[in-house]
Amino acid sequence: MTTARTWLLADSPNSKLQANLGNGYRMMGALMRNPLAVVGMVILSMLLLAAIFAPWIAPHTPFGQNLGARLLPPSAAHWMGTDELGRDIFSRVIYGARITLMIVTLVAVISAPLGLLIGAIAGYFGGWTDKILMGVTDVFLSMPKLILALAFVAALGPGIENAIIAIAITSWPAYARIARAETLTFRNSEFISATRLLGASHSRVIVRHVLPLCTSSMIVRVTLDMAGIILTAAGLGFLGLGAQPPLPEWGAMISRGRTFILDQWWVATMPGLAIILVSLGFCFLGDGLRDVLDPKQGGKS
Amino acid sequence: MSTDGTKSRRLKTTLGALGGFVVVTLLTFVGLMAITFFIGRVIPIDPVLSVVGDRATQEQYDAAKVAMGLDRPLIVQFLSYVGDVFQGDLGRSVSTNRPVADDLARVFPATLEMATLGIAIGVGLGVPMGVWAAARKGTWVDQVIRVFALLGYSVPAFWLGLVGLVLFYATLGWVAGPGRVDIFYEGLVEPRTGLMLVDAALAGDWQVFWNALDHLILPATILGFFSLAYIARMTRSFMLDQLSQEYITTARVKGVSEWRVIWVHGFRPIRVPLITVIGLSYAALLEGSVMIETVFSWPGIGNYLTVALLNADMNAVLGATLVIGAVFILINKLSDVLYRVLDPRSR
Repeated sequence: MTTARTWLLADSPNSKLQANLGNGYRMMGALMRNPLAVVGMVILSMLLLAAIFAPWIAPHTPFGQNLGARLLPPSAAHWMGTDELGRDIFSRVIYGARITLMIVTLVAVISAPLGLLIGAIAGYFGGWTDKILMGVTDVFLSMPKLILALAFVAALGPGIENAIIAIAITSWPAYARIARAETLTFRNSEFISATRLLGASHSRVIVRHVLPLCTSSMIVRVTLDMAGIILTAAGLGFLGLGAQPPLPEWGAMISRGRTFILDQWWVATMPGLAIILVSLGFCFLGDGLRDVLDPKQGGKS
Repeated sequence: MSTDGTKSRRLKTTLGALGGFVVVTLLTFVGLMAITFFIGRVIPIDPVLSVVGDRATQEQYDAAKVAMGLDRPLIVQFLSYVGDVFQGDLGRSVSTNRPVADDLARVFPATLEMATLGIAIGVGLGVPMGVWAAARKGTWVDQVIRVFALLGYSVPAFWLGLVGLVLFYATLGWVAGPGRVDIFYEGLVEPRTGLMLVDAALAGDWQVFWNALDHLILPATILGFFSLAYIARMTRSFMLDQLSQEYITTARVKGVSEWRVIWVHGFRPIRVPLITVIGLSYAALLEGSVMIETVFSWPGIGNYLTVALLNADMNAVLGATLVIGAVFILINKLSDVLYRVLDPRSR
């Protein structure tokens, strides 16, 4: 155990793998000392487990209707009650974890690399490339995100895929800004010139040397943005523009429960609690990550 | 002589900032219009088909296409769209059968009223909370405020609205329900400004005033909570910056009371950056009101937008998007220019 630790924390690592693992170990240690970050990690592990093992965790199927047991209040048999078609809300919330996880993952996978690339290209080349790319970025950035997403979904048509596209279109500009700012801090440094002198092409310099240096601030920002992405997706679902019934998407479930909110409060309330829990998890983890990865901010918060 | 020099230099910075503001804002507006034009014209749904219906003959279809000007090159269409928008023509709404611009002018005050009360609540509570958290950094007060603020980033607005309605309207009966006033107060005061509170006060009809306030207070508080979260976090971070400065230590060493250190020495310098933060959250509230208005049946621009979305009324959707976007951009850029004019360091 101790030898593994010494190997991880070695001052002069022998391989790239050792250095990376060592860095990861130090980060985990710092994160573990931050109570909110630990809570965030626990919540997100729960989300992940619920999504993977949904069929084993959920006591009922998420789609099975049982009109004899409709709108039952929370009880031992139905922890979160049942909805207007007699479906077990707890099971639907568990299966909903899959949809939420899919949405945030896809949005992150589409928008973060896109923003990263645009920002890095703008910062690296400078001049007119920079002016044009950042002009477009600024226009998108100065636009209200939710409204823009709504308008895009209105044009594309409702549905979960279109909701993901719309959210991704509205989230990349923030990442482009960050990547550009990061790139500017080291674009004139010697290791970049050295790589160029060795004959590396622009694209190689950007992909192999510029992008990796931007990733840590990007990870922080994406984690902090996750809560907003979840809320936007749930909002689209609530308005009937995102995931369509009978998919157990949390926002759409709240929308269905709205009709019975005065008498059967649990139908709309329970999925909302799931949204809050997961969003809080991302916020806590994001805050913790920022403290660890960004020493400039670390002292402040 | 030297004061004259400073004055003219200050005037120059102010004018420069204003000039830059006008140019940047106009360019951003054109960008916004490019996006709405793109959404309305280029994305799949065929605008001609939505007008003539899918049983139209090819001749009818072509005639409609020419009549709508859709046979022209894209750039010409865009320029004529920009021209129309600058003349205040946003097209006709399919569902209300009125010009979209008139509809928006009618519903906008309701949103403005709610967002304004919301930002007042957010600033009134958020700034003191942020200052308090900074002054008690690392204690449980700080942690509680931090979690409270993070909740503002994690709670869906529509869910909080629904729960608020159940709790404070249906169960406790503390506030009035959805809508702007009770149905029997509807249309009693002459809509001079469109702001219900102001109109009622102008007419001297205090019954309507209190009823309108009763309806407004819950949605505005919920809306304000979301700006509170952001304002409190930013205030805390600005305050921590100030409180770690050496002049604060000096003031403490001199024996200045803690209250004075925080509110006079610490808080005064952060008022200017706070203006930007408040401006940004005000703009964000105009956007956030979309969800709240839908839940509270509040007849504002957000509700108009969602109703239009459900009816696939694209002119209304794009018009509302354009107006909300324009107001959003304007407030953003204004707070930016205000910051530059007010901050003594940029003179």
